[in-house]
Amino acid sequence: MATIDADTVTDAVPRSFLNAEAGLGSWLTTHDHKRIAILYSIGITFFFFLGGIAATLIRLNLLKPSGALLNTETYNKAFTFHGVVMVWFFLIPSIPATLGNFLLPLMIGARDVAFPKLNLVSWYLYVTGGLFTICALLMGGVDTGWTFYTPFSTMFSNSNVFLVIVGVFVTGFSTIFTGLNFIVTIHNLRMPGMSWFKLPLFVWAMYAVSLVMVLATPVLAMTLALIGLERGLGVGVFDPALGGDPLLFQHLFWFYSHPAVYIMILPAMGVASEIIPCFAQRDIFGYRFMVYAMVAIAVIGFLVWGHHMFVAGMSVYAGLVFSILSFLVAVPSAIKVFNWTATLHKGTISFEAPMLYALGFVGLFMLGGMTGLMLAAPALDVPLHDTYFVIAHFHYVMVGGSVMAYLGGIHYWWPKITGKLYSEPLAKFSAILMFCGFNLTFFPQYVLGYEGMPRRYAHYAPQFQVLNVLSSAGASILAISYLLPLFYLGWSLFRGTVAGDNPWNARGLEWQTTSPPPEKNFYKPPVVQQAYAYDRPAP
Amino acid sequence: MNGRFHLLLPSASSLSGRIDALWWTMVCLCGAVAIGVFVVMWAFCIRYRKGRQIDRTLSHSTTPIELTWTLAPLVIFVGVFGWSLFLYAREESPPKDAQTIYVVAKQWMWKVQHPGGQREINQLHVPLDVSIRLTMTSQDVIHSFYVPAFRVKQDVLPGRYTQLWFAATQLGTFPLFCTQYCGLDHSRMGGQVIVMRPQDYASWLRDNGGSATLAAHGAALFRSLGCSGCHGTEASVHAPDLDGIYGRRVYLADGSDVTADDAYIRDSILLPDKQVVAGYAPIMPSFQGQVNEDGLLALIAYLKSTRAPPVNATESTQNGHH
Repeated sequence: MATIDADTVTDAVPRSFLNAEAGLGSWLTTHDHKRIAILYSIGITFFFFLGGIAATLIRLNLLKPSGALLNTETYNKAFTFHGVVMVWFFLIPSIPATLGNFLLPLMIGARDVAFPKLNLVSWYLYVTGGLFTICALLMGGVDTGWTFYTPFSTMFSNSNVFLVIVGVFVTGFSTIFTGLNFIVTIHNLRMPGMSWFKLPLFVWAMYAVSLVMVLATPVLAMTLALIGLERGLGVGVFDPALGGDPLLFQHLFWFYSHPAVYIMILPAMGVASEIIPCFAQRDIFGYRFMVYAMVAIAVIGFLVWGHHMFVAGMSVYAGLVFSILSFLVAVPSAIKVFNWTATLHKGTISFEAPMLYALGFVGLFMLGGMTGLMLAAPALDVPLHDTYFVIAHFHYVMVGGSVMAYLGGIHYWWPKITGKLYSEPLAKFSAILMFCGFNLTFFPQYVLGYEGMPRRYAHYAPQFQVLNVLSSAGASILAISYLLPLFYLGWSLFRGTVAGDNPWNARGLEWQTTSPPPEKNFYKPPVVQQAYAYDRPAP
Repeated sequence: MNGRFHLLLPSASSLSGRIDALWWTMVCLCGAVAIGVFVVMWAFCIRYRKGRQIDRTLSHSTTPIELTWTLAPLVIFVGVFGWSLFLYAREESPPKDAQTIYVVAKQWMWKVQHPGGQREINQLHVPLDVSIRLTMTSQDVIHSFYVPAFRVKQDVLPGRYTQLWFAATQLGTFPLFCTQYCGLDHSRMGGQVIVMRPQDYASWLRDNGGSATLAAHGAALFRSLGCSGCHGTEASVHAPDLDGIYGRRVYLADGSDVTADDAYIRDSILLPDKQVVAGYAPIMPSFQGQVNEDGLLALIAYLKSTRAPPVNATESTQNGHH
């Protein structure tokens, strides 16, 4: 390769969406869903590492009971920044805005999403929101916690609450527009023959998540606006001193933020449902149940927010209703875990990197989900609430679950997106390292929570030190496993071998076009099959 | 608890053992399911790995097994829900004979007032085997009162009273934490619950007794704030007589009725127009800003100590009234 000069290389590279137009301007004004997906992936990768730096500071500080590194104020700002950035600028857009944007039209045989310009606007809104948040950081940060509990956030905090809520407010509209775009795309742009129950589960996941995005995010926008009103103009909404009700804030906030958890996990379920059949080379087990389970999660997920408030001063009867609904929402999640496992039965299983990530996802999601059952039981939530048990629980779901699945998806579709293959041994190593590092970081936090260590503590009682040191040690391994893909994936862009159109022998329309796909996605119309038709040859 | 690491948390309240039973059952149940799924996953991964010659014909009837693993978790979940609900109801309903201690939270300390007028900060002395009800409020933001050894936690809100109860079953000193993020020194807003033998507790109360009980402090406030000027028995203003009001049913001008509990008395002092008593004009001014949370609790303790005049007209003198 080194002997071929630059001109020949350019000639050898087939025309694709990547080289259809050149120059930064062509990227910043693109309407191509695939390019917008790449713009998003740059944004979320940036924010992931920014949030990761905050996490590193937190874990370093907790090496010592008295705080090893930061003063209390900086620590409080570090965990707030970590939460705000990871939730709204990484996790929520992660799979939908990158993989979803890239794959949704390809998977249904469309040339683009329904509203390509709105898609670009969504990215600019995301970036604008991000800039506000970075501004808040540069001007001294914010110390309310990502949950903005009132009246602390409205009347007591002296930090840059305004800038951050404006940032999140604006980014929320990017989420709403993406959801709207996906719903219309799935309804209207499926190619002839692509009926609802032939859709890959990833598309169903995008559909379910879009419904949640469109219905829940406006409530967040409204709640943030009310914070602004109370903080800026002294309109009494949440502060009892002004005649407001602080529990009202929690109801509004969790009415959004619990469904937001499903915004993070449903797409991850979609990704796992593509990868596992591919590397087991068989049909997904129980396709219809998988579809119903995702829709059930999206719907019931709207009715369980009160399980965040069992000790908040809510009535016992409300606690009862929210508890049983929270148990019910766990049933479809259990179905999914069993069906993924059953998909391995009688498969022809190989263990490439995406499969390792997907299997890791199933295991970690299961542990996160089952500890969620304990928190759904009010009698157990009372002692465990707001301790490290909750921290461990939602990191198992969001980091063990969503981030593992996101990286699994990136590895799975990398050849399709870039046309290149990465180093398989390094990718496998990094997946295994991530699984081990993750468990070492977060499993001790379950024990810490049971022992009674509260969350958001810059200092802690000395009896909690052993487990905190273990957790921080795990975090350093986890950090390496997150940095590794940056290098070998980046390397593959320049030195990777050419992938071919379908390196995994996968089904799904996206594998029937070239890698990377052309601007309008398909040179010739793809052949529609039932999803996961691994018993038939690839068309 | 000292600075050493203990794997098992002390179980030191009347309910902590029952909560632990549910907890360890859930740990075992979830552990068993997790191990089961992992074993099956590993077994499939090894048995059906690529390159191995094995029968791979798929069976077509999968609905029965899917229904099984939909309904089985459902039944287990409903069972766990029922068990948890039973315990939760116990956690949320203090026994009738529970002794009340008042807690006022503020950034970043816990202020405790015993009915006898004893006050402490970041410490709570309680007798062994006696049900204690904490009536709590906050002066500023939301805090949360958490004693891991008792398995109890309750958010403490500004503008309202929340309750928590426990009966300590083990002597000793147990950590108290604030678990609701409340600003800068949240992580330093802690303290200790000290469980003493009843006779030691009695002598602790004696040694730390203030000049007056909480009710007597409230009675003094009742006069100095001018409450007695209207609500007193000899007042010329047409205002409801408050002796023995606590716990009684009060009929309101809008036709509804409420029980005169802590929250009602608090609201009547700070927001008198909110719930006007039937037959009285809404002439009472708000005392917002004139009385702090400690004072409000003292006033409630005072009203609680009074008795309705027809039953026993002289009893209120015991509490330093008149």
